[in-house]
Amino acid sequence: MNKTKLILIGNGMVGHQFLQSLAESGESARFDVTVFCEEPRLAYDRVHLSEYFAGKSAEDLAMGQPAQYAEWGFNVLLNEKAVAIDRNRQLVTSDKGTELPYDRIVLATGSYPFVPPVPGHEREHCLVYRTIEDLESIKTSAANGKTGVVVGGGLLGLEAAKALRDLGLETHVVEFAPRLMAVQLDDAGGKVLRDKIEELGVRVHTGKNTQQIVDGDNAVHRMEFADGESLETDLILFSAGIRPRDELARSAGLEIGERGGIVIDNDCLTSDKHIFAIGECALWNGRIFGLVAPGYSMAKVAVAQLLGEDSQFLGADMSTKLKLMGVDVASIGDAHGHSAGSRSYTYLDENHGVYKKIVVDDGGKQLLGAILVGDAEDYGTLLQYALNGIELPEFPDSLILPQRGGDAKPALGVSALPESAQICSCHDVTKGAICQAIESGCSDVAGVKTATKAGTGCGGCAALLTNVVNHELEARGVAVSKDICEHFPYTRQELYHLVRVDQIKSFDELLHKHGKGKGCDICKPTVGSILASCWNEYVLKKPHVGLQDTNDTFLANMQKDGTYSVVPRVAGGEITPDKLIVLGQVAKKYNLYTKITGGQRVDLFGARLEQLPLIWQELVDAGFETGHAYGKSVRTVKSCVGSTWCRYGVDDSVGLAIDIENRYKGLRAPHKLKFAVSGCTRECAEAQSKDVGIIATENGWNLYLCGNGGMKPRHADLFATDLDRDTLIRYIDRFLMFYIKTGDRLQRTSVWMDNLEGGLDYLRQVVIEDSLGIGGELEAQMQQVIGTYECEWKKTLEDPEALKRFRPFVNADATDDNVVFVMERDQIRPASPAEKAAGKAEPIKLVS
Amino acid sequence: MNTKTHWIPLCGKDDLIPGSGVCALVDNRQIALFYLPEDDQVYAIDNHDPIGGANVMSRGIVGSVGDEPVVASPLYKQHFSLVDGRCLEDDEVRLATWQVSLDDELLLIDPTPR
Ligand SMILES: Cc1cc2nc3c(=O)[nH]c(=O)nc-3n(C[C@H](O)[C@H](O)[C@H](O)COP(=O)(O)OP(=O)(O)OC[C@H]3O[C@@H](n4cnc5c(N)ncnc54)[C@H](O)[C@@H]3O)c2cc1C
Ligand code: HEM
Ligand code: SF4
Ligand code: SF4
Ligand code: FES
Repeated sequence: MNKTKLILIGNGMVGHQFLQSLAESGESARFDVTVFCEEPRLAYDRVHLSEYFAGKSAEDLAMGQPAQYAEWGFNVLLNEKAVAIDRNRQLVTSDKGTELPYDRIVLATGSYPFVPPVPGHEREHCLVYRTIEDLESIKTSAANGKTGVVVGGGLLGLEAAKALRDLGLETHVVEFAPRLMAVQLDDAGGKVLRDKIEELGVRVHTGKNTQQIVDGDNAVHRMEFADGESLETDLILFSAGIRPRDELARSAGLEIGERGGIVIDNDCLTSDKHIFAIGECALWNGRIFGLVAPGYSMAKVAVAQLLGEDSQFLGADMSTKLKLMGVDVASIGDAHGHSAGSRSYTYLDENHGVYKKIVVDDGGKQLLGAILVGDAEDYGTLLQYALNGIELPEFPDSLILPQRGGDAKPALGVSALPESAQICSCHDVTKGAICQAIESGCSDVAGVKTATKAGTGCGGCAALLTNVVNHELEARGVAVSKDICEHFPYTRQELYHLVRVDQIKSFDELLHKHGKGKGCDICKPTVGSILASCWNEYVLKKPHVGLQDTNDTFLANMQKDGTYSVVPRVAGGEITPDKLIVLGQVAKKYNLYTKITGGQRVDLFGARLEQLPLIWQELVDAGFETGHAYGKSVRTVKSCVGSTWCRYGVDDSVGLAIDIENRYKGLRAPHKLKFAVSGCTRECAEAQSKDVGIIATENGWNLYLCGNGGMKPRHADLFATDLDRDTLIRYIDRFLMFYIKTGDRLQRTSVWMDNLEGGLDYLRQVVIEDSLGIGGELEAQMQQVIGTYECEWKKTLEDPEALKRFRPFVNADATDDNVVFVMERDQIRPASPAEKAAGKAEPIKLVS
Repeated sequence: MNTKTHWIPLCGKDDLIPGSGVCALVDNRQIALFYLPEDDQVYAIDNHDPIGGANVMSRGIVGSVGDEPVVASPLYKQHFSLVDGRCLEDDEVRLATWQVSLDDELLLIDPTPR
């Protein structure tokens, strides 16, 4: 049989998908395939292009592998551009003079960035953002500049702005339209996004029409706008939209849309039935699809058509959810409410920078579109309503209003979703496919993820996926597991109980008696913490070493570059000048970045593994102890200056804080614990935001419990009033031990208490009235932990075996050359990937 | 495939930490070594965490997912197979692995990644 001569022009993301689908069909032997690839490398992941700046290499981004293509039997002409199609003689000619006959052609030529033809646009340091080569030019330009401007405030423009900012440039975005992301957002949404982005240090200029670009006075360029204003900058990045690359098709006489794009039908065929067009160069029903997913669908249709199968491209959903500079933005369907008779509901919270809008049909029954800025958690649910025509709840606005008090959001009954509902759009996984995976034996979310790939792309569908899986499992009578992980069929509370009751002293013993496998990063630290809470053995004792998170193993907090921070305990925040001088001297000697923390002590950053013992030796010699900043354990007891000095103080808050910090230091718990003591009701120590807060009164101490700051701040509840010191300490002992005994893994005291049946009142009964009769036991257990305290650093320095762990390499006397610093405000900070690449950074000076 | 394995000595068995990791330097490449005493096995895998962008894999926690031995990155907790370096959360990412062998008290390595 004669093979069909097939030529693919363009090896971008969609061209690659086409080749992959063809190979996977098992029918590729019927074709003689040649690929014209204009770029110097095979297809790569353009969607994640920006990660090139975050340290990913061209190799990391590669999608097509030469060996793979060879195995598939495809002939690739790298660095070779098709320049003419002779449809009469059925020949394709390249820029290198190659002439090849064809039976069928697939055009996947993608698009190019549109550069507005303003005078000066062709100047040096005027760049675009589409290929790896573009990014290299940007990097080079940025290394010599201070400021950068992105022209265009759409999706890509904002992504490019982030890249410039990360390269260390003072960054501006110039947009012609009156708002950012004009296509996806309305005015209110655009404003919220703008505020958020400006907060991040990027200046936004909307409604600006660039007239010309000329030499600047203080920078490379000056951009002059129609309103008479101007902006100076060293680098200009155009991101003003894309245009389909239809030049080849155009000169071959194929039908082209009015505003560009190769016209295709539902079969992805152009006006010449021998030629397909797919991806961003194709115009279907008057539309260009500037996302990969629709391009992938077209590629699959073209393969099916070539094999004589019946498959059609019928459009694609263009809903998107993105994180732009850390701001969640999503747009679904008819976001602007263009449909006749549609109505919308909006919610605006300028304080937190949240904007949400839903568009519903005239009957209020169906969701047509939505916009979410600042909080896109509802995206998955709303998308399901829109795509599957699910009937809206009685009050549709309840879907976007924040939950306050008791009224929970109407949950989208996942049982209401049809089998065809797409749950994961990245991997096109439907509810039906998930049910099938469960039918064929998957019994948890992780299993379904592996089997279907759902949830392994952008991750946006995770919550919905879990919901569907759990619902389906329950419907099949499978109990949904609350086990901590696959190695132990128990909750943390049950494990704690087993350890206490069986007097278990090591992880291996627990695993042998009650678990299976080798353990993991969930159960090992949990058990390590339980063992420490119960028996308080040295955490680096041989059997415990492998259980600890790296922070616990090296008794320091790992930072993003793999170096560590050093945090000595400064109980109550009180420190003598002499000790403060020691901290300064050590920081100076080892060139550590020095910062005062919110916990009233000093953090020293940038210590390499092998420096930790040297640094700590000096600190321990000067009388410091570890601050346990690395552990899920008692952190600090913050205090105000109290009655000793303060005009208003009614009791000695510092004295109490020091005693409490020394009492509970090193206590390990399900999560970190923070304390504070204020000397009067003015509450300067902010005790009511802590797990344990204490405020002095005329008659003793008021105790507040279960507060926290952070993502979801919560005020502590007033637990007991006017306590004397002994009673206060007794209550805290009992409270802490009861929490350690019954809390879940990584559950802070606030959530723990909210989950206790009976809440605060119940806690009072247990702690104050001793309703369970365990008060004495809890106090005794606490006494054991307190009695066995030792400074982990002191102990480590005395143990040559433990010190061996701090060698960077077992076989060489060298240091990690990936740790590189630059100076900022007279101190070191880790170099950014771009700075490392540009060689701006100095390797660190060794101190030993 | 090259069938000849070229072994060089790397370090002593007592340099390894049972149930945990250490790092070695071979031809200027950082290699994380994990010793699992239950199976008397040593695994060698790239020390560079491509997701976190730092040389830290040797400081992760080892364990298993199903029957497969894995290490979790200490930075962002992705799991990597100790057998083939595959990232369990991200198909696109794979760490280099090396062949190692315990010869009594000595650990040998083939310096060419698998
Ligand atoms: C920074 C960035 C971020 C993005 N983020 C997202 C995102 O989050 N989500 C999303 O869905 N999409 C995103 N996109 C869009 C997505 O990358 C495109 O939709 C996708 O790449 C289109 O694939 P394609 O194969 O049609 O075109 P391309 O990937 O552009 O490939 C076309 C290829 O054809 C080559 N070519 C052109 N003409 C010829 C010729 N005559 N001869 C030989 N070769 C030729 C070109 O050099 C190119 O390599 C992003 C794009 C960029 C640039
Ligand atoms: C997921 C959430 C959090 C993470 C991952 C986190 C992480 C950390 C880390 C690693 C440190 C130690 C820094 C170092 O010394 O290297 C630290 C210190 C600190 N954090 Fe957090 N933190 C979180 C939430 C919070 C919250 C909710 C608060 C306060 C309301 C908070 C307040 C502090 C303070 C005050 C310190 C300094 C404490 C000290 O001196 O030891 N953090 N945090
Ligand atoms: S809380 Fe009261 S005692 Fe403490 S510093 Fe403030 S005013 Fe003074
Ligand atoms: S808030 Fe905490 S976790 Fe976030 S950057 Fe600051 S120190 Fe890190
Ligand atoms: S939608 Fe992106 S991973 Fe499922």
